[in-house]
Amino acid sequence: MMILSGDPPRSRILTLVLVVIILALAATPFLFPGAKALNVAAKICVFAALVASYDLLLGYTGSVSFAHTMFYGIGSYAIAIALYGMGPNWAAVATGIVVGLPLAALLALAIGLFSLRVAAIFFAMITLAVASAFQVLASQLSWLTGGEDGRSFQLPELLRPGTVLISKNLFGFEVNGRILTFYLVFAVSALMILALLRVVNSPFGRVLQAIRENRFRAEALGFRTVFHLTYANCIAALVAASAGILNALWLRYAGPDTSLSFSIMLDILLMVVIGGMGTIYGAIIGATIFILAQNYLQSLMGVASTAASEAGLPLLPGLLHPDRWLLWLGLLFIASVYFFPTGVVGRLRNPAGDKSAGSSH
Amino acid sequence: MTDLAATDPLPKPKRDIAPILLPVALALVTIPLIGSPSTWLTLTAASLAMGMMIFIMASGLTLVFGLMDVLNFGHGAFIAVGAYVATLVLAPFAASMQADSLWMNLAVLAPAALLSMAVSGALGLVVERVLILPVYGQHLKQILMTTGGLIVAEQTLYALWGPQIIPMPLPASLRGSFILGDVAIAKYRVLAMLIGLAVFIAIQLVLNRTKLGLLIRAGVENREMVEALGYRIRRLFLGVFMTGSALAGLGGVMWALYREQVHASMSDDLTVLIFIVVIIGGLGSIGGCFIGAILVAMVANYGGFLVPKLALVSNILLMVAILMWRPRGLYAVTSR
Repeated sequence: MMILSGDPPRSRILTLVLVVIILALAATPFLFPGAKALNVAAKICVFAALVASYDLLLGYTGSVSFAHTMFYGIGSYAIAIALYGMGPNWAAVATGIVVGLPLAALLALAIGLFSLRVAAIFFAMITLAVASAFQVLASQLSWLTGGEDGRSFQLPELLRPGTVLISKNLFGFEVNGRILTFYLVFAVSALMILALLRVVNSPFGRVLQAIRENRFRAEALGFRTVFHLTYANCIAALVAASAGILNALWLRYAGPDTSLSFSIMLDILLMVVIGGMGTIYGAIIGATIFILAQNYLQSLMGVASTAASEAGLPLLPGLLHPDRWLLWLGLLFIASVYFFPTGVVGRLRNPAGDKSAGSSH
Repeated sequence: MTDLAATDPLPKPKRDIAPILLPVALALVTIPLIGSPSTWLTLTAASLAMGMMIFIMASGLTLVFGLMDVLNFGHGAFIAVGAYVATLVLAPFAASMQADSLWMNLAVLAPAALLSMAVSGALGLVVERVLILPVYGQHLKQILMTTGGLIVAEQTLYALWGPQIIPMPLPASLRGSFILGDVAIAKYRVLAMLIGLAVFIAIQLVLNRTKLGLLIRAGVENREMVEALGYRIRRLFLGVFMTGSALAGLGGVMWALYREQVHASMSDDLTVLIFIVVIIGGLGSIGGCFIGAILVAMVANYGGFLVPKLALVSNILLMVAILMWRPRGLYAVTSR
């Protein structure tokens, strides 16, 4: 209970699902052999943390930010540029962290303070504009970021796949640097999600929810909402940048498509809404569903598309083409905002669909 | 303040001309910086044309927000839909597009633009009924719903037309430039300026000279009061939404011809630009939107010429500067 900050999943099925997901993730290197399964598991870990940090903004303060991938990208690029420029050593990793995290926090502070000067309604638009400018900037400053190609780099010796830590034992498992990296990603993501749970269940988190429900009243109660919102922004940015660092370490690469593009922002939005806004646990569920669908549903759609074109149906092959999977997710997104505004977690906690008890409005 | 005698005419509201002077001042300041007057004229014409196109796309969005407090993040979809629909007409009549006769070209272009406007307007009706009506009055859900709508629209366009870039060549008579001395002004830009001006004047006339416009302006200022007087503002809003969508479609056709290509991702870049324009102008203000669009285009053109590196962030800098000066945009018309 302590570790969950007194905010348990509050639903038997939800607890079961979460335990299964976490155990499956933890045991992926041994249960599911092959590089693809491990990649999917690592991506789920990174995105669970990233989406949880976005949930702090969207679900707990009710502000829509489109700049979250920017912070994610800052983390990715910071570590990539440091390791690329300084060579594969731990000093470079430390430099990337020391430069990347404060940069993300400072930028979040600047955006927060600036958009507070103007009407709150502008926040979403301003973050969208800033993020798109940052994206262009990152692809244009090619001497630093590698432009559209991004930066590939080597990891320190210990984390490389070639480094064998425990050679094949009786059970036939080999623990190498790659698996160590996976557990690093897993552990740091888990820590960040637990930390976010702590944040939202602290008095500070309660104030954020009060601001979400009625900003004017929160202010009347004597809380400096400006301070709280900016602070929440900075925390979310820090976690997002850390998730970016983990992602870059896992991929050994940082580029516009993997860390900055607008489609990642949409993915995050979809994951939060599908999982359930304002729950933190929703992030884990949303990320798992979404990334599994992204990796395995697409091949299913490919099969369906070929089948439809062989059957000579008009239009369907195009609509079912694997590249069009976002179309179906978009429809799912609209449907879930409309029918299940509290997401999977909200539904499981409150199967009757009684709106008044839901934590999201 | 002196007392007014009963016979005196009512005092005229003070005109706020500082924002109008802003683009003029910006244009004048850049003359010595650019140096060559002919280059300056070309750049100014380019910014005016680009600004008019952006204005056409943004005008609907600003009214929709001002009137009903609805944040439409899917506005860009209407732009892309308009451009794609135009290819339906322009592709079969490619031959008459390439004929070197202005009238023959326009005879194809005009129906294409009208069809685009009709389809985007009809789409606007569907979007308003399906996506916006259920989440009316909830900003968070509006943003989520319309963002979802944007994804679906973009992906449907890809599914119907394929992911490749579709070329959209200018008609023969609109290619090339008017040469006045050593100043070259592209013919298409002149046309874009004319259409933009016509749209601006038409919107201003409707808003300021008709009862409908009076109701819209009153609704922007205070919705409840208009409702209390017995007008069905939801109907009015639907009309404004459809008109705004149709205008976005028209803007999409013009922009596609300007760039001579069509792609569903064009809506992404333009959405950002349009948001900046709407924020700069002040939500709900047509005049502010017009000035904002021209300012954004000027900064893009002059900035791109003088300091190409800065062009990437120039729009953001412009927005920051304007909002520091007037936090609610150039003209704050809404009470929110």
